[in-house]
This record gives sequence, C-alpha cells and structure tokens, in this order.
Amino acid sequence: MAETVLTTSGQSPARPEGWRGIAADWASDQRAFKNVSWGKAMMWIFLLSDTFIFSCFLLSYMTARMSTTVPWPNPSEVFALNFAGKQIPLILIAIMTFILISSSGTMAMAVNFGYRRDRVRTAALMLVTAAFGATFVGMQAFEWTKLIREGVRPWGNPWGAEQFGSSFFMITGFHGTHVTIGVIFLIAIARKVLRGDFDVGRRGFFTSRKGYYEIVEIMGLYWHFVDLVWVFIFALFYLW
Amino acid sequence: MTNAALPMEGQLQAHAHDAVAVPAVHTKGQQHPIKLYLVVWGWLFVLSTCSYLVDYFGLHGYLRWSLILLFMVLKAGLIVAVFMHMAWERLALAYAILAPPIAVLVFVAIMVLESEYTHLLRVLFFAAPS
Repeated sequence: MAETVLTTSGQSPARPEGWRGIAADWASDQRAFKNVSWGKAMMWIFLLSDTFIFSCFLLSYMTARMSTTVPWPNPSEVFALNFAGKQIPLILIAIMTFILISSSGTMAMAVNFGYRRDRVRTAALMLVTAAFGATFVGMQAFEWTKLIREGVRPWGNPWGAEQFGSSFFMITGFHGTHVTIGVIFLIAIARKVLRGDFDVGRRGFFTSRKGYYEIVEIMGLYWHFVDLVWVFIFALFYLW
Repeated sequence: MTNAALPMEGQLQAHAHDAVAVPAVHTKGQQHPIKLYLVVWGWLFVLSTCSYLVDYFGLHGYLRWSLILLFMVLKAGLIVAVFMHMAWERLALAYAILAPPIAVLVFVAIMVLESEYTHLLRVLFFAAPS
C-alpha cells in the first residue's frame, strides 16, 4: 500500500545517472527530458537546428575559400581601423566581441536574479543586455557601411576573391538578424518581468499561457547561443 | 512561500505544471553563485584577448591555427557549460543536443577533401596557383 501511495503522489524515485540514465530516460514510455520543461527543451532543439544553419553557412564559406585560386582578402587589413594615424587590425571586431561577451555575462546574471524573483535587477540586467546587443548591431551597421563604401559587393570586391563579399554579408547578416531579434525579445520579456507578470501568473497575449521566470532562462539560452555563434564567426571568418 | 525559500522557488514554480517534479535535481539546478558567472566572464575576456593578440602579432601557420581553434573551443565550452547551464543538465538532454553537431564535423571533413580536389582541378586546368 505504501508504494501505491508513493507513486500516485507524483513523486518519481531517484533516476539513474550516466549511461544507464540516458537509456532509462529515453526508453521509458514518458517524456525523455525528465527535469526540463517543454519550453526549455524546445528552445534547445531550435538552437540545435540553428546550429546546423550557421554550420552550413560557415561550411560553404570554408569551401569557397579553400577551393578558390584567387587570393582571399586579408581580414586583418580589411577590418582594420585608423586610430590616431595608426592602422589597428581588426579592432572594431575585437570591441564587438567584448561587447557581445559582456552582454552574455549580464544575461547570465539576469537569469540568476530571475530565479531569485528579484524583478528590478532581472529587468535592469536584461535591458543592459539589450543595450549591449543594440550597440553590437550598430557597430555592425557601421562596419557594413564602411565596407560597402570601399566597394565590397556580394559579387566582388577590390582586394581579391569575389566570394568574400557574399560570405561576409550572408554570415554576419544572418548573425546580426539573430542579435536584432534577441534585442526585441529581451525588451519584451524585461517589460513582463518589470510588470510582475511572472509573480502573479498573468497570461500572455498570444498563447494565453501563464509565464514563469523560467522564460528568462530560455531567453538567456537564445542570447548565449547568439554569443556562441559569434565565437565561431570571429575565429573562422575574421581570424582565419 | 516565504522569502526563505526563494532560491528554488522559481524553479519549482516553473515546473509546477509538470506532472513529474523532481525537486532533488532542481535544488542544485540552475541557481548558481554570481561569482561563478563573473569568473567565467573574466575567462571569456582573457580568451578573446588572446585570440585577438594572435592576429595582432601576426602569427602564422599551424601555430596560429591551433591557437585560434583552441581559444574558440574553450570559449564555446565555457558558454555552453556554464552560461547555458549544460553542465548541470541530465545527460539525456546534453547528449541529445551536443551529439548531433558531430555530424557537422564529418561534413567539414568531407568538404575539406572536396574543396582541395576542386582547387587542384582549378590549378591544373584554369589558373596559376595562389
């Protein structure tokens, strides 16, 4: 009898860990991700699919660059900026990298304060994150403007292989779009946090589901992913 | 709930609608000291500076490549493990998300071979080698 009471109370016994845990979680006739809500699991799966999209962009860039017989423009010189009469290589990209990493840091702390139900700090940190993101997009717009003025086009550029332009605009453009969407969602969710939607269980306008502070973490997953993609773009496009 | 229960309340709240609630996992779940995030943040700055310096000092060849890839992988690992909390998730989720990108690595290997072959053909038949 005692066992029956235990199972009907909704308490599942301790789950096995390690490889046995994987087999047990996936093999059971239930949900595979035991302690992860559907929202978080779906965000991870979306991020996985996004990983494949960005991988395909970077792969096609790699293939174009490796197979062309025309010299590839040197990113170190193309993205150099003139400060006080000195050419500093890649400096804008370096600053953009630091800005995006900082935004990831503030986002991680926002998630933390969200779970502590500290509304004001969570919203403030999310807005700081959004501001960093907007700065990043602004600097990217500056970079695009500079390159377009110098004659970079998707079909050609003054320095070498034509594919440089198309790869650059495609990869950084797609990434910038992700950052922009992230900024919009950050502001929207920061507003909900500040208003206390997740404390009173107010229903959302679109799905009319109740929101929880976990939304902040799910938003954070997306934002960290954007930063993660930039790590790869920085290494593979700008530093190669 | 009182304020004393704050650290895990959010998690519980988040999963209250789930039939299977496993509080034991959540207590150590996604509530970590702020210091950890600051340390990781600092490391990401250091690693980014290092990879920038690789370009600034104009290192070339295998040294450049190994350093760039090393810093890249370390940064990606820190972001996924700590910022995205993958280090604290159950393996069933971690492997479901982290294993499929291995296919991308296979794809990379295929395309490296393919583009070297294309390059060879272009050198042989069309243009002077770069």
